[in-house]
Amino acid sequence: MAGDRRRRLRPNDEIYDRTQLDRFARRTHSVSAVALRALTRRYGERTALAEVTLSLETGQTLAVLGPNGAGKTTLLRVLATLLRPHEGELEVLGHSLPADGWLVRGRLGLLAHEPMLYRELTVRENLRLQAKLHGVGASRIEELLAAVALERRGDEPLRTLSRGLVQRAAVCRTLLHEPELLLLDEPYANLDPAARQIVEPLIGRSSGKTRVIVSHDPQAALKEADLVLGLSRGRAVFIAPPAELEDSEFAGLYE
Amino acid sequence: MTRPRSAAVVVALLRAQLRLELRTFESLPAMCLFSVTAFLLFHFGLDVDSLSGNLASGVLWVTLLLAALLAINRVYVADAEQGGFDAFVLSPAERSTLLLAKILVLLIYLVVVELVAVPAFAILLLEPSLWQAMPSMLGAIVLGDLGIAVIGALVGALAVRTQARDLLGPLVSLPLLVPVLLGVARWTAPLFDASRAGAVALRWPLVLALYDAIFGLIAFSLFDFLLED
Amino acid sequence: MYGKGLRPLSLITAAAVALTLAAALFWAPNDAYLGFLQKIFYVHVPLAILTLCGFVAAGLMAVAHLRTRDPRWDMRSYVAIHISLIFGVAVLITGSIWARGAWGHWWVWNDPTLVSFLLVMLLYATYQPLRFAIEDPERQARYASVFAITAGAFVPINFAIVRLAPAYVHPRTLSNISGNLPGRMQVVFYLALFAVTLLWITLWRFEMTAKHVAAQLRQLQNLVGEASDEAPARRSAAPSLTHAGSVS
Repeated sequence: MAGDRRRRLRPNDEIYDRTQLDRFARRTHSVSAVALRALTRRYGERTALAEVTLSLETGQTLAVLGPNGAGKTTLLRVLATLLRPHEGELEVLGHSLPADGWLVRGRLGLLAHEPMLYRELTVRENLRLQAKLHGVGASRIEELLAAVALERRGDEPLRTLSRGLVQRAAVCRTLLHEPELLLLDEPYANLDPAARQIVEPLIGRSSGKTRVIVSHDPQAALKEADLVLGLSRGRAVFIAPPAELEDSEFAGLYE
Repeated sequence: MTRPRSAAVVVALLRAQLRLELRTFESLPAMCLFSVTAFLLFHFGLDVDSLSGNLASGVLWVTLLLAALLAINRVYVADAEQGGFDAFVLSPAERSTLLLAKILVLLIYLVVVELVAVPAFAILLLEPSLWQAMPSMLGAIVLGDLGIAVIGALVGALAVRTQARDLLGPLVSLPLLVPVLLGVARWTAPLFDASRAGAVALRWPLVLALYDAIFGLIAFSLFDFLLED
Repeated sequence: MYGKGLRPLSLITAAAVALTLAAALFWAPNDAYLGFLQKIFYVHVPLAILTLCGFVAAGLMAVAHLRTRDPRWDMRSYVAIHISLIFGVAVLITGSIWARGAWGHWWVWNDPTLVSFLLVMLLYATYQPLRFAIEDPERQARYASVFAITAGAFVPINFAIVRLAPAYVHPRTLSNISGNLPGRMQVVFYLALFAVTLLWITLWRFEMTAKHVAAQLRQLQNLVGEASDEAPARRSAAPSLTHAGSVS
């Protein structure tokens, strides 16, 4: 391998071959928004993601299902450039990660379990900070607050807001810099039906953005998704459009 | 894709942190109170009414150093616990802006505490007058605070995401801060001396400046590696 | 990989150490001032030099780790610090014995080497607790490397600065004394330095080999399926190489 200029191959070296990341990932000119090839991520001796391969086109939605500890959140964090892959190739929005991570960061939005907002600051102060971090103007803030019906409570500290309202504020944070790719970790978990209706046009299928959504609700995910990935213990049990999947496969996933 | 201007990011981060401090008052009151209390402890422990020279210098700077430890521990806590690191890492901002912002935060905290602690020290324990010494003192304060801020910002980032954060922050910082302590204490010792007018040895400003510069460089090179994950 | 050449290396090291001991005890003359106690220098100073060089070397290995992300460099750095810590304790003990013999106190503040040394040891004593406090092995390795680099830079700087303090302007330093060694003493000193260097390298390689063997064993166990899929219940401060990849 071209990258191993300092090592001579010896029988004992076999074990450590996979240590090297693939530094020479080819930059393919594909239309895929997200492309993974044999992506592997470990946590100590445990494998969090094992050789996951998939491709997602622009504007499509990928639903990630699986039991607890399957690696769904890990996958999302790898796509968000927060975690480096240990093996395999990863391309997001046409750029190879982790090398070109900084080119991609401003173009994706992560909505995670944590709202990633300071509790003692107001909604508007949090969003203004976020705007500065992304180098975007503050004009979007009012627009987004109005869209999630939060403008009247925008000057209250986050700790006084209920979880549902905090989630709405987090949605604003995610969308502030107009990302092309949305990474959503159970986005509707804390929202009542009314709030969900408010938020849906922004992050749901109708938004038209490329989305990767992690969900514990297979039925709801199926309605929204173009592609479904089933993970169990880090391995991809199935990857297919919803129409091609049978109920038995879902049941098997959660065993 | 262009990155946002670093200066604007640093200012924004700085303002956010200061605003948080003003809302919660987590660090500053504790640091000030600690300093004054420590002077009392020294009074009772050493059984002296006033100090001068080496002893005065030592008591003042050890107290300020220990007060700084309180800040070093707290300055990243909000970020670690409320997901601030993720939000920052996900943005296209230069990672060193966070380090610079934290260094400035620590500097500001230290200056505020010194505004309280140094006069308190002069009143409670110091024998010679402080006024003539002030210009040179300011130099010591600036370079000393800078050293504490740089080391503190680096070690704080290292310690905050470990499980023993309250213990490791001080334990790792203190040896690294000993040269800073040595520099400022030796620098100001002649200034506090009752007998001599106190000529400051030139070596200490140089040593401090060099130490600050070297560890500043190291901190900025290594900071990125602490923010991953 | 690391087991090769270990036996000849150990034999040479043992021979060098034995030769040094013999030379120090029987061939080198007694110091006019300190008498027999002076011979502790032949142990104390080389140990000190190796400890400090070991720490700096560990810093350089940590740089390699951060640049290549290869966990083997982290292992090398960890072992280097480990061995140097052990040597460092020996330095403090022998230094203490010397201080007691020379000045009647178990600790003296007028020797900048000892003082700087104590400071460095206090810093590196936090290395293991730091590693232990981070569960994620990859982050543990990365943070440990940041620490090792910072601390490695601190070692030479600290020594320079402590020497500047007024109390040490006219010290009775070890380096002063050992720098003016007459003929035979100098020979024994360099012989001792050589032997201790070999000792450090041998111990380093021993520990590296042991860790590698343990890692290979675990990987084989994983392959065979003996190890469970769950993450091990015990946290460890030591780097493990099993996450470096699978055998097949």
